[in-house]
Amino acid sequence: MRSLTIKNLKKKFKNVNAVDGINIEINEGKMIGIIGRSGAGKSTLLRMINRLTDPSEGSIEFDDTKVTSLKGRALRKWRSECAMIFQQFNLIERLDVLTNVLIGSLGRNYSILNLFGIFSKEEKISALRNLERFDLSEKALQRASTLSGGQQQRVAIARALMQNPKILLADEPISSLDPKNAKRVMDDMRKINREDGITVICNLHSLEVAKRYCDRLIGLADGKVVFDGSPDELTLEISKELYDLDND
Amino acid sequence: MTKATAENHNKELNRLLNKRRLWNFFLAIIIIIGILLSSSVVDVDSSRLLNGLPRLGDYISQILPQLDSQSLFLNSQIEGSLSYWYFNLPKYIKLLFETFNMALLATILGSTFALLLSFLAARNTSPNSFLYYLVRRSLEFFRGVPEIIFAILFVWALGIGPIAGIIAMTLHTTGSLGKLFSEVHENSDNKTREALKASGGNWFSEMRFGLLPQVLPNLISYALLRFEINIRASTILGFVGAGGIGQELYLVINFNYYEEVSAIILMIILTVVSIDLFSEYLRKNIIEADND
Repeated sequence: MRSLTIKNLKKKFKNVNAVDGINIEINEGKMIGIIGRSGAGKSTLLRMINRLTDPSEGSIEFDDTKVTSLKGRALRKWRSECAMIFQQFNLIERLDVLTNVLIGSLGRNYSILNLFGIFSKEEKISALRNLERFDLSEKALQRASTLSGGQQQRVAIARALMQNPKILLADEPISSLDPKNAKRVMDDMRKINREDGITVICNLHSLEVAKRYCDRLIGLADGKVVFDGSPDELTLEISKELYDLDND
Repeated sequence: MTKATAENHNKELNRLLNKRRLWNFFLAIIIIIGILLSSSVVDVDSSRLLNGLPRLGDYISQILPQLDSQSLFLNSQIEGSLSYWYFNLPKYIKLLFETFNMALLATILGSTFALLLSFLAARNTSPNSFLYYLVRRSLEFFRGVPEIIFAILFVWALGIGPIAGIIAMTLHTTGSLGKLFSEVHENSDNKTREALKASGGNWFSEMRFGLLPQVLPNLISYALLRFEINIRASTILGFVGAGGIGQELYLVINFNYYEEVSAIILMIILTVVSIDLFSEYLRKNIIEADND
């Protein structure tokens, strides 16, 4: 079984350690929730795994790959295997949904024709199939901006699946959605975790959602791991500490 | 809120307002001093200006056509008719079309070069700082040199004709649009570029999909504006032999064919105004409406 190993990972912004010496090991196929207050370092951790942000210290390894020292083509290959979805969905609003999904293929199968908006038939079929999984194939030719927030986030998941990823990183995927759409998005993420065996690492604000969906929770406070265990092990005291409730 | 704190807030607000008023007052004084200084440097002489103005009127009255209401619609052999004034109309139309085409071609070529270079000239999208510096400085050079200088250079090198004008305008358009385009890129939202990067896309796909769809309406709007400017510029470039209606205008001014001067100028004004209106319509109704 492959695993993602994070050793003594640190990220310094000016004088503050946003991430301050994190050690975790994540096995393939699990659904992991990362919880903690805003500013606890959740986003920075996720962005370092994808290498959108470079760590100041420490290492990330996946299987035999030393992620933290990848460059150029190898780095882009890693990013395509390690898909990411965002709080604000980050779709290209002026383009249609299908093209938005097809963009997920650029990292693993790039050709100069793509720059002219031309994609191969196989990729188009696979993009449609991905949309179909989330009941969005009817919207394929609509502009992304015409979709609701929940639909946009599910298009973003379809785009992530186009990358044939091993890991899906989700940075606050439901923070700007209403409860009904949030549930739908979380259900879809669990679906790809269970059906495709993709490791899901998900930053979450809401403890309840994290407890309901995740196999394992990692609690961060001030850039350090303060909890690591199954949802059952998360006691009231620990969650109070995580969210700093005593001080209020 | 108690009365005392409300009063405190009020005091604080007044203090800030007074500070700002003081600043505005200082700025106004500095601007007035600046205007006085600059007018003394350029030697604005009111008496020369007043004496010269009537002469301006003389020239205008000389170039106006002598139209006669009796024979207004008669043929071109009869003095005082419209067709006598515009006896050379087919030639003017051909030359105006040439001017129009010069501007169009220069705008298309210039915007294409500007687009390609703008990605290197924007701080947030340039792949490295050396390229950024190099492209920025060259764009500055190309928009810093007036079109007319380029035109003189190319007329001298390539001979009289529209090619010189097209190259001159293309260079200037590349320089000025390249700067404007790169500033649009710098003001763009980085979310979609980040998504492209996070999915393993290379620099080209990041620009093509993460940036271009977002900025395209703005770029087209700027290119249309540049087209309006180029239409005006291409008439002037004819003066140095770079083709089009300007060349003819220069000729009739030098030979004192007074009525032809007004005939050509009127046509230029009509063309420029109609193209301005058309391109304004395009910018407002098609591109900006699409932006919402």
